[in-house]
Amino acid sequence: MPHGKGGAEHPPPENPMTDAAVDSSILRQGLRNIGDMIRIEPKRFSVAVTGAMVNTAMHLSVAFIVGWVVSRVAVPAYEDGRVTVGSVALGIGALLGMSALRFSSMCARRIGSGTQMFRVQAHWRRRVTRRYLALPVSWHQKHPTGTLLSNANADVEAATRPLAPLPFACGTLFMILVSMGVFFTIDWAVALVALAMFPILLTLNAVFASKMAPRAKRAQELRAEVSSDAHESFDGALVVKAMGRETEETERFTRTAGELRDAMIGVGRLRAAFEPAIQGLPELGTLIALLVGLARYQAGAIDLGQLVTVSFMFSILAFPIRAIGWVLGDLPTSVVGRRRIDHVLTSTGDMSYGDRDLRAAGPARLEFDSVAYRYPGGGEAIREVSFTVEPGRTVALVGATGSGKSTLAHLAVRLTDPTGGAVRLDGTDLRELDHASLAATTALVPQIPFVFDDSVRANLSLDRPGLDDTRLWEALAAAGADKFVGDLEHGLDTEVGERGTTLSGGQRQRLTLARALAGSPRLLLLDDATSAVDPKVESRILAGLKNSSDSASVLVVAYRRATIALADEVVFLEGGRITARGTHRELLERHRPYADLVTAYEQAEAEREFDEEPAA
Amino acid sequence: MSLDAKTEPGPFETLGRGLKLSPELRRGLAFTIFLAAVTAVGRLVVPISAQQVLDNGLFADGGPDLPYVFGVTALAVGVLGLTTAANFWMNRRLFIVTETSLANLRRRTFRHIHDLSMLHQQGERRGALTARVTTDVDTISQFLQQGGMMLVTSSAQILVATVVMFVYSWQLALAVWVVFVPVTWLIKWLQTHLAAAYTNVRRSVGRMLSAVSEAVVGAGVVRSYGIGGRTSRRLDAAIEDHRRDQAKAIRRSAFSFGAGEIVHFGVYAVVIVLGAYLVANGTMTVGQLTAFLFLVVLFIQPVVTATEMLNEAQNAVSGWRRVLDVLDTEPDVADPVDGVDLPDGPLGVRFEDVRFAYPGGEEVLHGIDVEIRPHSKVAVVGETGSGKTTFAKLLTRLMDPTSGRVVLGETPLTDVRFASLRGRVTMVPQEGFLFNGTLAFNIRFARPDISAAEIYVAFSELGLSDWIDALPDGLDTQLGESGANLSVGERQLVSLVRAYVADPDLLVLDEATSAVDPATELRLSAALDAVTRGRTTVIIAHRLSTAETSDEVLVFDDGNLVQHGRHDELVEAGGSVYAGLHGSWIEQTRSG
Repeated sequence: MPHGKGGAEHPPPENPMTDAAVDSSILRQGLRNIGDMIRIEPKRFSVAVTGAMVNTAMHLSVAFIVGWVVSRVAVPAYEDGRVTVGSVALGIGALLGMSALRFSSMCARRIGSGTQMFRVQAHWRRRVTRRYLALPVSWHQKHPTGTLLSNANADVEAATRPLAPLPFACGTLFMILVSMGVFFTIDWAVALVALAMFPILLTLNAVFASKMAPRAKRAQELRAEVSSDAHESFDGALVVKAMGRETEETERFTRTAGELRDAMIGVGRLRAAFEPAIQGLPELGTLIALLVGLARYQAGAIDLGQLVTVSFMFSILAFPIRAIGWVLGDLPTSVVGRRRIDHVLTSTGDMSYGDRDLRAAGPARLEFDSVAYRYPGGGEAIREVSFTVEPGRTVALVGATGSGKSTLAHLAVRLTDPTGGAVRLDGTDLRELDHASLAATTALVPQIPFVFDDSVRANLSLDRPGLDDTRLWEALAAAGADKFVGDLEHGLDTEVGERGTTLSGGQRQRLTLARALAGSPRLLLLDDATSAVDPKVESRILAGLKNSSDSASVLVVAYRRATIALADEVVFLEGGRITARGTHRELLERHRPYADLVTAYEQAEAEREFDEEPAA
Repeated sequence: MSLDAKTEPGPFETLGRGLKLSPELRRGLAFTIFLAAVTAVGRLVVPISAQQVLDNGLFADGGPDLPYVFGVTALAVGVLGLTTAANFWMNRRLFIVTETSLANLRRRTFRHIHDLSMLHQQGERRGALTARVTTDVDTISQFLQQGGMMLVTSSAQILVATVVMFVYSWQLALAVWVVFVPVTWLIKWLQTHLAAAYTNVRRSVGRMLSAVSEAVVGAGVVRSYGIGGRTSRRLDAAIEDHRRDQAKAIRRSAFSFGAGEIVHFGVYAVVIVLGAYLVANGTMTVGQLTAFLFLVVLFIQPVVTATEMLNEAQNAVSGWRRVLDVLDTEPDVADPVDGVDLPDGPLGVRFEDVRFAYPGGEEVLHGIDVEIRPHSKVAVVGETGSGKTTFAKLLTRLMDPTSGRVVLGETPLTDVRFASLRGRVTMVPQEGFLFNGTLAFNIRFARPDISAAEIYVAFSELGLSDWIDALPDGLDTQLGESGANLSVGERQLVSLVRAYVADPDLLVLDEATSAVDPATELRLSAALDAVTRGRTTVIIAHRLSTAETSDEVLVFDDGNLVQHGRHDELVEAGGSVYAGLHGSWIEQTRSG
């Protein structure tokens, strides 16, 4: 609701890649982030890593089976001209057993690392959104909706991205160690070939990953830019057409699309340089191993089975090494994502509530006592404001844009705390009140109605206890909304859609008004809450409120003369201060700025009604 | 009006048409595919040399033949070097060719969307239009660069591996194929399920994001009703649903990949059993069996990837089709061939029995005949839905009438060159759209060559110099997305100035209805007076004061032009539509 006013105080935009890439501590931070995430879900992680290790072990043992088959089955068969049934059965038995192990370990690895990642994501999403709910409205005003949405979604995904290939990479490290051991037990000469190849492959992968990450990120950013350029241009298609600027728009779009093309070609060049090397190197290694192995076979140092095993191992080792490259490549973005999450998690300014309960019945008494409010940036919004809304009375707040009306409304329901003075309800400072009691006593109907993607009933009751359908219909009637809700196909059960898209602006306003009335608040705050409602209907609603049985004290921010005229008293604000008080008629007569403002509004308002249907 | 073709062409037809539309792509593609095939052949170097080394080197008749072994290995290294170079070259070409031609496709589609009529443009959601030049083109490029190439290399690999396997042993090769064919069906079946699971994931992401945005956008409501508990329960449920859907998808994906693994071993088992017997009865050599075991790896892997890529290919083809559908849509309000330029001087307009109906809808304008004199200021009034906005769109040729004609000066509107028309006739839509850029950028949108000083002059001529002086960065002030940093009224001011610097001879202005604070209201009406001076102006009026100060008022009711004359004459006609509108206005002013 209160968005779009504090736009000047966004947090400084983080520019991840430029400073992150040069920052040598990125590796350390990335590893610490990974450590934190493992600690959140250690069980899944160990399942995944175990799976990965068993899987790579199975992967390796294929090489042994192949070697064994060649030397124990094929060669004897070749030499004797018959097959040893036992050996074949043994080979197949081993293969099938390993097949089962391989399948289950692969599932363990993939499912384990996936579920770990998803659980960590859910964990952080819960924490981030908890903070959103706990942080004060003033904090929300400083952060654009888009940023907060991406904190809970894209940033969480970026931070957790290394978790997906991590167990695989761990398995690979394990595999490299084991296979080095195997090579050394078989023969030192082949082992030396491997010893030379692994570091080269690892380095190649790491260099590739680190060079690729910023390019891929740049391409991703440009893709977003192309998309937003196109979206904006199509959004303004009518203006583009009306002014005949299709060619210029196309040129503008072509420039961004061209940048994307160049970035993608850059990605391609890098890939072209590395992919063939990463693929070809192990094959070269296999050939060298074969050659070296042959020499050693000739020398009698290894047997034929070992020769085949060694060359086969080389050919299957190449792919898993990539997993390490994936993890390294994801580190920079994960660090940036994590930083953004931490920004939310470490934000402070929570409001603490007291434990006082207001049990009184009947309209409440609202008192502003020398209230001052200063924006966090330093600007003064409210100065020395003192006035009282006596029980059952209706007070109108009138003032030009920026005079502080909405801030006063927020202070009255404690969406914000004053920086000086006190706001009291029935004599109790709002800060001493229990949250539930405060919420039950007051109700704010904001300027821009907010409707949840839910049924009409749920939007009205918000799961507050004791609100049955009878009560809801009463509230709808009081808000002048019973007729249109009654006309809806499913009545109270009608789903209103995201942000209430199926309803008109005036209907949304009346629905949120009914929501406020349903809870029988003892203090009602209307912050220009009926601006989209027909003036006559508005007058009827407000008059109805005054005469209703469970009446409330009302503080209303209003523009329309008819609305203001219904108030018992008018408080006129200029530049955050009260400059006049009295009844509407009194102020019209004796306070010139007030008269000017009210008639100007009226003029504008009436003219806007001109093309609408003539009032019945 | 939808942009999608009525009939759905087949995948090959789409591919063929797509290639025809991007000749750059086609020219480069054949050679790139050749390089890809060479790359695929390179994967056979190791198994074949292993076989050669074992059979003809190690177990050569008359003892090990070492020179042969070294010869084979050296040759293998040479071939490997060549194919690696081919791989390098292929990747480079692939990216350069596809990115260049797809950037052109993007540009063409973008331009074409702007050339389509308003009706076409509005028949699609903005997001969907954007997708045609972004994600749809991206799926094509991703497919061509990865999936498509993989499909080519995989098929080449499968083919070559099969041939080599048949050469070594047809019995064994046949056995491998027999085991494998059912597996491809299995993989396809699993992948259909996998796709369904990912559709669920996408849906639950949407639900989760909307829950988060409610908590963020509705922060004030959540706080003032004290419903934090309820909101966080809803959030937790959405987050948990999303997590569960993700977990389900990863399980299916693991099984789908795992199926390939199991088969892997199954094929090994078959090869070993059969192979052992074949070696025993002398139809196969040890080296051939060894090579076969290597070949199985080369065979299985591409079969699995090829099956996966077929799904991706389907996405790419449908993305391509969506792009082609746009390019196939003929702009129904087109720039005339051999169009004429408008004569210099002030412009008058004549409507001759103009009728209009939206496609497939009822007629909304019924035979309008009216003449607007040069230099006059005309207000068009009527209730919402009376046809006054349609009138304005026909006047500026954003749409063409279904019958009758609109004549500008003495030239029928449909004969006027767009360049001339858009230069002389400007329309300011109700929500004058502002771009995310500086104030100067938005003004220059109307006239790119205008200097900063001239912009200042324009503002001061409209009595807005104090407004621009109050801006933090003057002309360089960032207006934000859709001008979000300005108030609604200020946005209207900027679009007025933009129309003013365009300096049209006929200005059509759709007055905004949204609420504006009184101070801006005053500026707006003063600026409006200045803008309309010296040109023909047609204003879709929502304020009675506009109608009052006009030379002439056109009153629309239910698609008909019911009244036509000066304000004071029209008010006199008791019981008329205009008198009704006026009476309602008077009542509003006196209320309270």
